[in-house]
Amino acid sequence: MSTPPASHATLANVAGPIVAVNHTPAAAAVATAAAAGGRGASAPILACYDLHKSFGKTPALRGARFQVQSGEVVAIMGPSGSGKSTLLHCLAGILTPDSGEVHFGGQRVDRLSEAQRSELRRETFGFVYQFGQLVPELTAEENVALPLLLAGKSRAAALAAARPWFGRLALDGLEGRRSSELSGGESQRVALARGLVAQPQVLFADEPTGSLDPLAGELVMDLLVESARRLGTTVVIVTHEPRVAAYADRESTVRDGLVVA
Amino acid sequence: MSVSYAILGLLEQEPNHGYELKRRYDRFFGRERPVAYGQVYSTLSRLARDGRVSEGGSLPGEGPERKLYAITPEGTAAVQRWLMTPEPPEPHLQTVLAVKVILSLLLGRPAEDYLDGQRRSHLERMRELTAARKNALLVDALLMDHAVFHLEADLRWIDLTTARLEQIAKEIQA
Repeated sequence: MSTPPASHATLANVAGPIVAVNHTPAAAAVATAAAAGGRGASAPILACYDLHKSFGKTPALRGARFQVQSGEVVAIMGPSGSGKSTLLHCLAGILTPDSGEVHFGGQRVDRLSEAQRSELRRETFGFVYQFGQLVPELTAEENVALPLLLAGKSRAAALAAARPWFGRLALDGLEGRRSSELSGGESQRVALARGLVAQPQVLFADEPTGSLDPLAGELVMDLLVESARRLGTTVVIVTHEPRVAAYADRESTVRDGLVVA
Repeated sequence: MSVSYAILGLLEQEPNHGYELKRRYDRFFGRERPVAYGQVYSTLSRLARDGRVSEGGSLPGEGPERKLYAITPEGTAAVQRWLMTPEPPEPHLQTVLAVKVILSLLLGRPAEDYLDGQRRSHLERMRELTAARKNALLVDALLMDHAVFHLEADLRWIDLTTARLEQIAKEIQA
């Protein structure tokens, strides 16, 4: 018995637009892409150009360039210390680069004030981290509702929006549990629900399966990609695991602070 | 296949005769499986037939094993093509991948570029399998999982080797 070939129908489901890293300056890249028209050739929803970032005297990014199209699922790979997490944090407006440009939906993220970046992260981006980072004092349901509560929704409305996610992510019956009463895989699925509940335009996931066994990791990735595609959410995943990167439409590799492939 | 390219690559370093080629092959590529003299000479004959090596003069002492072989421009181009072509991702590739890395380093070729290409090729196959597995019966997914974990092992090796290229190059040149 040999390995069955991948069906075209199945592959078509994950074959998003493949966009090469553009080496022209930002404005020219956007103009060229926009002029070309079509989904695959449209301006990237998220991009950075010539990004530099150092921590003390240690450079983490040394001229990184990266682009993501709307609706794409992209993996950023690279060894420990390569700068991949720093790149994600700069793209997500968590860190400001020392120099270079970060563009999101036509605006310069790197020029926003701390308050504006904080609002962008709260209103437009979602996050999933390696260890879930749920608030231990809150129930699973309250954790999922948290982004909506922070955005000013009423408690009743936020919890009502949170509840359907428990069915979608195979978490039925766990709504009232606290993080200490959840397994690693369950915690990470609650974190995923929290990342998506406000329907962000971009979901950033930093080693989303890093602490899970292969089976739990597979379920998280299946649900992450499936949910993001249903909502049309763009996803940027940082991972050193090829099996996680294989869920993405394409991968980029960061090495010594540069996006090399 | 890789024996033929390895010998061709060794000839790109310098013209040589069969005995010395076997010695160098065993040192770099055949520690566990030395190549037989017969295979070296049959490979050289085939390479000469295909125009990839030329037979030159003989070293003192005469005899067929003292005949000098040199790589032709066509042979050099063939080595270059082979080194830059990712292997189809499949289990048990380690030997070919290792030969490509060592030969690239011996010849001063960009081993890192080759490894990057191989990584992309492996990830593309892994992506295909991951997508196909999603809607497959578990009994079929079993085989796909097996293939995915093999690819993952190769990828870990590719990453580790990429990180160690400088050290490997120093060891080879010592």
